[in-house]
Amino acid sequence: MASNDLPQFATQDARLSRRVINLLHGNPTIIPLLVLVLGLAVFSSVVGQRFFHPFNLSLVLQQVTIIGTVALAQTLIILTAGIDLSVGAIVVLSSVAMGRLAMDHDLPPGLALALGIAVGSGCGALNGFFVTMIRLPPFIVTLGTWSVFNALIQFWSGGETIRQQEIEASAPVLQWTGEALRMGAARLTIGSLLMLLLAGLLWYVLNRTAYGRHVYAVGNDPNAARLSGIGTRRVLFTVYLAAGTICGFAGWLLIGRIGAISPLGGAMTNLDSITAVVIGGTSLFGGRGSIIGTLIGALIVGFFRNGLALAGLDVLWQEFTIGFLIIIAVSFDQWLRRIST
Amino acid sequence: MKTLFRLGTAGSAMALMLAAPAAFAQDGDILVGLITKTDTNPFFAKMREGAAAKAEELGVKFQAFAGKYDGDNDTQITAIENLIAAGADGILLLASDTKAIVPTVQKARDAGILVIALDTPLEPIDAADATFATDNFLAGEMIGGWARETLGEEAAQAAKIAFLDAHESQPTVDVKRDQGFMQGFGIDIKNPDRRDDEDDPRIVGHEMAGGSEVGGRDGMETLLQKDFDVNVVYTINEPTAAGAWEALKGAGKDDGSVLITSVDGGCPGVRNVQDGVIGATSMQFPLLMASLGVEAVVAFAKDGTLPAPSEGLDFYNTGVKLVTDKPVEGLESITSEEALELCWG
Repeated sequence: MASNDLPQFATQDARLSRRVINLLHGNPTIIPLLVLVLGLAVFSSVVGQRFFHPFNLSLVLQQVTIIGTVALAQTLIILTAGIDLSVGAIVVLSSVAMGRLAMDHDLPPGLALALGIAVGSGCGALNGFFVTMIRLPPFIVTLGTWSVFNALIQFWSGGETIRQQEIEASAPVLQWTGEALRMGAARLTIGSLLMLLLAGLLWYVLNRTAYGRHVYAVGNDPNAARLSGIGTRRVLFTVYLAAGTICGFAGWLLIGRIGAISPLGGAMTNLDSITAVVIGGTSLFGGRGSIIGTLIGALIVGFFRNGLALAGLDVLWQEFTIGFLIIIAVSFDQWLRRIST
Repeated sequence: MKTLFRLGTAGSAMALMLAAPAAFAQDGDILVGLITKTDTNPFFAKMREGAAAKAEELGVKFQAFAGKYDGDNDTQITAIENLIAAGADGILLLASDTKAIVPTVQKARDAGILVIALDTPLEPIDAADATFATDNFLAGEMIGGWARETLGEEAAQAAKIAFLDAHESQPTVDVKRDQGFMQGFGIDIKNPDRRDDEDDPRIVGHEMAGGSEVGGRDGMETLLQKDFDVNVVYTINEPTAAGAWEALKGAGKDDGSVLITSVDGGCPGVRNVQDGVIGATSMQFPLLMASLGVEAVVAFAKDGTLPAPSEGLDFYNTGVKLVTDKPVEGLESITSEEALELCWG
């Protein structure tokens, strides 16, 4: 009977769509990866040779190194359903600390570098303390510390830049991450390499260790996590501490990239990092997302900016497109959540 | 999400409260306020220093405010409103958004406060009582002329020029320096108040570098991708120039084949002229700008004297000097050595 066949088809259909939804739900990187591949295809056809030139590809990787690294830190925080608005200020503060300790206080450059990263850890610990011990919302805590760290940057630097030549003369280790390995036309900087290594390490921790599972669990449902014996406060605190440390490390990458140590810049780093995380498929509601997705998200932003510029489009279209990508990514996340509950 | 927005508004309210001045002037005291774009840039830091020193010398009260980032109009509005409430006699303003701040400036003037625009003219320029600034068009013209003379007529005809400007919104300073450079180099600038309406094939492109090292590097890299044969670089300020230099170095173009020009005259920039990174820069005098501003407010508070503009200009020109170690025919300049005596920041 034809009428009996119909529901059968429908259930098959339903099963297929359910399978697709489950696949997407379990692999949040698939969509960003598709966007990246599509974007690359479009730009290479519009811009042509120059876009896919190894030099250009490695250039974009250099350009997203700092924001990518900060976005890795932001991913950890957002996985726990938090948000960190102070990341950009921590990056600049750490770089200023490294420079001032090495140049003004004549510490050995290696020690200044370690202490600079420790300053980042300290900032992260401060955020973590307020979030876990005083139990304030991360948004408010980091809104406050963002201002605090910015003020510290000004106090310490006096608004002054340390020039590239001075650092080269007395503390070249601070610029080491800017050294490039040449592979044909491509230039891979040490900084980009370190970012990829860090991403690998974080991927391993999040996907292959009990601690990583705890981070996801705390983001998904803190109460359930606590009841199942996870030390939620400890997990949260270590996440903020790790994020601060990664930002301190990003301060070193920043010096490598611009050669100088400058109190300028970094104003939009916090929002740019959130952009990369969101476009990379990590959910702002916590518990779902991935490190690899964030890397892809940072690359999407980098390639879209580079491609649109090479295509000769106005700067404003770059902002326009990236804004839309954010909204599409979040809508998609919402839809997946609704449909898979 | 809703709570996030609520938190956002709460956050802004907190920020507004934090922006309130700590001390109110006593009646009878003269109070001068200075509002800069940010408190991060050494140029603004120097102004604050110059204004504070002058205020102390003249025995008047002084308060400084700053936006949170370049382009932060809201914080500047709050600062002006606070100074009106505090009964200030004069406000020295470095506007972030030269058009959007005008209605608030009008409020201050209606309250009998003398408003002097420093460094950045408002739009229209007479929205402020007076403007004390570097002649930014001239600053650009000097470095543009220097680049053309240095290349020589034939090479200048075939030059490939990269422009690293500050911001998409085309702030006056940004446009004037850029257009001045073009004029000096011999490019038809069409409308002098608009960037990007030129069609000279020598222009490789404009990138917005935001006045920082990071922006300078990213922008230069993009322009090198557009055309690797760039041999002249205009930069809005010296941090941008330092960033552009990093990009050129990364591309193996740090062999002296590229001329970098800039504007500012900050000490790190002057040292970069000495090291051959920057070919020429136009020096401005922020300390003088700020101290003249304080003097003008005090004169106005005492007997209502209004400051007068320079001969033939609609603002008071606080001076600009070309700094280069490779002087050219017909352009007066000082060496980096001499400039180190005068530089700021």
